[in-house]
Amino acid sequence: MRTVAVILAVLTGLIVLLGYFFPVLSGVQTVVLSWTIILAGTATVVGVFSLILVHFNKVTRREKGSVYSVLLLMALFVTFIFGITLGPDDPNMQLLVNAIIVPVESTLMALLAVTLLYAGVRLLRRRTDLMSVIFLLTAAFMLFASATLPFGEISLLNNWIRPWVQQVLALGGARGILIGVALGTLTTGLRILFGADRPYGGK
Amino acid sequence: MNLIALGIVSFSGILLLAFSLIKRKSPPKFRIIPALTRLYRAIGLSVEDGTRVFIHLGPMSLLTPRGGAPLAGLGMLRHLTERTSLSDRPPIAAAGEASLALLAQDTLEAGYEAAGAGEFYQPLSGRLIGLTPFSSAAGAMSIIRDEDISASILIGHFGPEAALMAEAAERENTFLLGASDDLSSQAALYASAQEVLIGEELYAAGAYLGATASHAASITVQDILRWLIILGLLAGAALKLFGMI
Repeated sequence: MRTVAVILAVLTGLIVLLGYFFPVLSGVQTVVLSWTIILAGTATVVGVFSLILVHFNKVTRREKGSVYSVLLLMALFVTFIFGITLGPDDPNMQLLVNAIIVPVESTLMALLAVTLLYAGVRLLRRRTDLMSVIFLLTAAFMLFASATLPFGEISLLNNWIRPWVQQVLALGGARGILIGVALGTLTTGLRILFGADRPYGGK
Repeated sequence: MNLIALGIVSFSGILLLAFSLIKRKSPPKFRIIPALTRLYRAIGLSVEDGTRVFIHLGPMSLLTPRGGAPLAGLGMLRHLTERTSLSDRPPIAAAGEASLALLAQDTLEAGYEAAGAGEFYQPLSGRLIGLTPFSSAAGAMSIIRDEDISASILIGHFGPEAALMAEAAERENTFLLGASDDLSSQAALYASAQEVLIGEELYAAGAYLGATASHAASITVQDILRWLIILGLLAGAALKLFGMI
């Protein structure tokens, strides 16, 4: 069974990869990708059931934080009922989503700003080295050079130093990191394609 | 353009196969990455303490071009599971995307079986914790706070919301290693996480925890390709300087 899974995975991966290079295979590639989307949708249903089970167990065992699990289960149940009866495009359903999910995620985003500021302040206490000093100085400099200052802009900072830091130092570093990430992705993909790594199970 | 891409993929594949065969004969040697050394120690401590290890694979679908990072995370999860499967408390794997959560469950099960501890596997230790980046971050924060976690690993594609999880780990005074393929997340983790992996170090993590010939070969191939790119960039700059292109 494991061998069949490996053969199927490698063949499917090869078809999808080669479909990008040889138009002859693009039809088969599209079919395989369509199946994948259907399977991913099914996985979401299974994943939600798993989420319900995890939180239901937390509630029945009265574990730490089980109050939040009750809230999650209630919210999930109410949203599910509304979604089934009204449909996802109904204005009331849209209102439910926009009035709860969007503000909650915006709140987390706002918290993130404070968290990052606090993390920046603590950075030197945790990691006292040259790179941390450069990191903090660059962050402070970029904030200072981008902000609207009460006495107007400083031409040297805004027009010369900031663009140079942004477009030469930062862009060069970012491209270097992204090239590394792309090479890592390529070799990880190839290892899976050759069956050396099998994230779909197997001993 | 397609032919160049095909050439690069084929060349990389041939190199990977060749080096996998060569590396089988000699044990791999890697440079030291301090973050992974500390992770190794934190995992050992968690097994001794009877606390849990938590690994979050991120909210990114495997169907996108950013799917490489979660795949590297699954490789790391496999090694971690084998190392911690005999602990009193099983590791928890979470994802913010359903198919990734299913793969995490499967990987956990495979890790337990490989360690000869299949009977200890608990299906619910692989979880879906949210379907958006921020909801999965919120889910991860509650796991870090409530489930007796002593070491957390964020490995996959995260945005700057990774800083919220790092902050949660800091509040619980537990170890957190962050590894993301996203630049804004790397910056946020550099400031907020105890340990961070930058750039391609993410893809080397699996090799450091349980090196096989193919892992060692893939790191060598990455190095070779990186040098080729550097030479190409220098050659391009020189040709441009002399007005030849």
